[in-house]
Amino acid sequence: MTRYVIGRLLESVLVLALMSFVIYALIALMPGDPIDIMVQSNPDLTPEDAARLKALYGLDKPIFERYWNWLTAATQGDFGYSRIHSRPVLEVMGPRLANTGLLMGLALLLSLAIALPVGIYSALRPYSASDYAINFVALAGISVPVFWLALMLIVVFAVTLNWLPAGGMETIGGSAEGLAWVLDRARYLVLPVIALSVASIGGLTRYVRAAMMEVMRQDYIRTARAKGASRARVMLRHALRNAMIPVVTILALSFGTLFSGALVTETMFSYLGMGKLIYDSIIGNDYNMALVSLMFATALVLASNLLADLCYAWLDPRVSYR
Amino acid sequence: MSAQSLGLPNLSPARLTLARFLRHRAAVASALVLVVLGLAAAAAPLVEAWLGVDANEVDLLAIFAPPSAANPLGTDELGRDELVRLLYGGRVSLVAGLATALISAVIGTVIGLLAGYYGGLLDRVLMRLTDSVISLPLLPLLIVLAAVDLAKLGLPHDLATSPEVSLYRIVVIISLVGWTTVARLVRGAALSLRERDFVLAAKSQGASGPRIMLRHILPNAISPIIVSTTLSVGNIILLESVLSFLGLGIQPPFASWGNMLTVAQEKIYEAPMLAVYPGLLIFATVIAFNFLGDGLQDALDPRAHDR
Repeated sequence: MTRYVIGRLLESVLVLALMSFVIYALIALMPGDPIDIMVQSNPDLTPEDAARLKALYGLDKPIFERYWNWLTAATQGDFGYSRIHSRPVLEVMGPRLANTGLLMGLALLLSLAIALPVGIYSALRPYSASDYAINFVALAGISVPVFWLALMLIVVFAVTLNWLPAGGMETIGGSAEGLAWVLDRARYLVLPVIALSVASIGGLTRYVRAAMMEVMRQDYIRTARAKGASRARVMLRHALRNAMIPVVTILALSFGTLFSGALVTETMFSYLGMGKLIYDSIIGNDYNMALVSLMFATALVLASNLLADLCYAWLDPRVSYR
Repeated sequence: MSAQSLGLPNLSPARLTLARFLRHRAAVASALVLVVLGLAAAAAPLVEAWLGVDANEVDLLAIFAPPSAANPLGTDELGRDELVRLLYGGRVSLVAGLATALISAVIGTVIGLLAGYYGGLLDRVLMRLTDSVISLPLLPLLIVLAAVDLAKLGLPHDLATSPEVSLYRIVVIISLVGWTTVARLVRGAALSLRERDFVLAAKSQGASGPRIMLRHILPNAISPIIVSTTLSVGNIILLESVLSFLGLGIQPPFASWGNMLTVAQEKIYEAPMLAVYPGLLIFATVIAFNFLGDGLQDALDPRAHDR
C-alpha cells in the first residue's frame, strides 16, 4: 500500500511538473507580451527601447531558460504581479479560491442530495416507466450547455420575475452584517449553484443507478435476502455501502469537470472565483495571473484525482495494488 | 438478448442489431431528429435562396424584426435573417462536432491498439499519458490553447486570424484532448483479443503486427469505438459552443450556435428569443447524440442488458 501511495504521488508530481512547463510555453504563445502592451500604451517608446526592455526582462531568451528563471523565482515564493489587479498574484488568488470552493461545495452537496435518492430509486425499478423518465431527465441534464442554462435562468428569475440578482457576489454598498449578510450572499448564490449543479446531478444520477444495479446482482445480496434480512437492511447495510465505493471515486474524479463548469458559471454570473479569474486573465493578457491560476487549478485537479485513486484502494479491499 | 426472446427467429446478426436498435424508441427518434437537422443545415443555401435573403447581408433598418414571411424567425442585431443564420451555424457546429469526433477516434484507436497489442513499456507509457490527459482541467486548458497566437507559431498574421482557421483550430485542439476514452476502450479490447486463437493463427502464418492489429483486432473492437465516438459528439459540440460563446472558438462572420449566443446575451432585453433558438438547437443536438449513443450501445452490446 505504502509503495502504491508513494508511486502515485511521484507520478502526480511528475505530471504537474510537465504541465507547468506546457502551461508556461502556452502562455508565452498568447498574443503579445508585457513589453508589447507597454509599447501600445506609450507611443514615445521606440522599437529600440522595446528591444532593450525585452532584453532587460529576459523576454528575448529561449523558452527553457525563461521557464527555469520563472521556476527558480516561484520556488522562492515570488510568483509575480498581476497586471490587471496590480497586486501579487497569490494575494489576488486567495479570496477567489474561497469563493470557488463555496460555489463548488454547495453544488456538490445539492447534486448528492438529489442524485443519491433518485439514482437508488431508479435502480430498484429497472426498466420501469419511472426509470425511463429519470434517465431521460438525467440525460437532458448532461446535455444542456451550462452557459445557455445560466442565460435562461438569468432571463427568467432575474430579468422577468425579478426574484434573484442576475450576477455578482453581494449587494453593492450593502452594510448588512451577521445573518442578514449571510442571507444576502445566499441570494447571489442560488442561480450559480443551480446552473453548476444540473449537469452533475444528471451524470451522478446515472452513475449511482449503474453502481446500485451492479451491486444488486451480486451473490452477497442474494445471500442476505436468503437468510431473511429485511428489505431495508439489505438495501442499507449490504447494497448501499458497496455501491458507494465507485460513487465516492467518481465524485473525486469529476472535480475537473465541475471546475470547468464553475469557470463558465462564474463568468456568466460575474461571480469572483478562480474560473472567472483564469478566463479574465487570459482574455486580458495578464500573463502572470493566467500562469499561476492555471497551474494552481491543474494542481488541484491532479490532487483530487490522486485522492480518488487512494480512496478506491482504501475502500475496496478487492483492489490489488503493486 | 437472443433472437427467440425478441420473437424474431433466425435473423442475421446485422438484422438482430437493427431490431434491437429499433426497440430503443428514444434513440430512433434522436436519429430522425439528427437526420432532419443535418439535412436542414445542408440545405441552408437553398433556404437562403428560397426566402430571398442573404445570410451575411447587413440591414441596419431591419434589426430585431419580428417573424414575417421573409424572415420566419425574425432578424438579428444586424438585420440578418435568424433562421438562415441558425442553419449555417448548424453546419459549423455539426461539421466541427463530427470531424473532431472522428479524428479523436482515430488517434484513440491507434494509441489503444499500440498499447494493448504490444503491451510492456509502450503500454505503460501510453496509458500514463492517457491518464494524465484525463486528469487535467479540460476547459481552462482549451481556453489557453484557443488563445494561442498562431502568428507566433509562424503562421502569416492574416491567415492566423481568419474565420476558416478558427474552425480548424477548434477541431485540432478538441481532438488533442478528446481521444482518451476510445484509447482506453481499444486498449482493453486489444489486451484480451491478442490472447485469442485467431490472433495466434494469424501470427503463425507470418502476419505482421500492424496487419494483425488492423485486420484481426480492430474489427472485433469496433462496437465500443462506435458507441463512444457517438457519445463524444455531444460533448464536443458542447465544448465548441462554449468556446465560441466565450469568443475563443468560431469567429464571426461565420455563424456558429455558440457565437450567435454571445451577441444574444448582450441584446437579451431587446430580443430575448435570439438567445433561445441557438441554445435550444445545441441542447436538442447534444441530447440526440447522447440517446443515439445509448441506443447503439444496447444494439451493439446486448450483454449489458442480459446480465
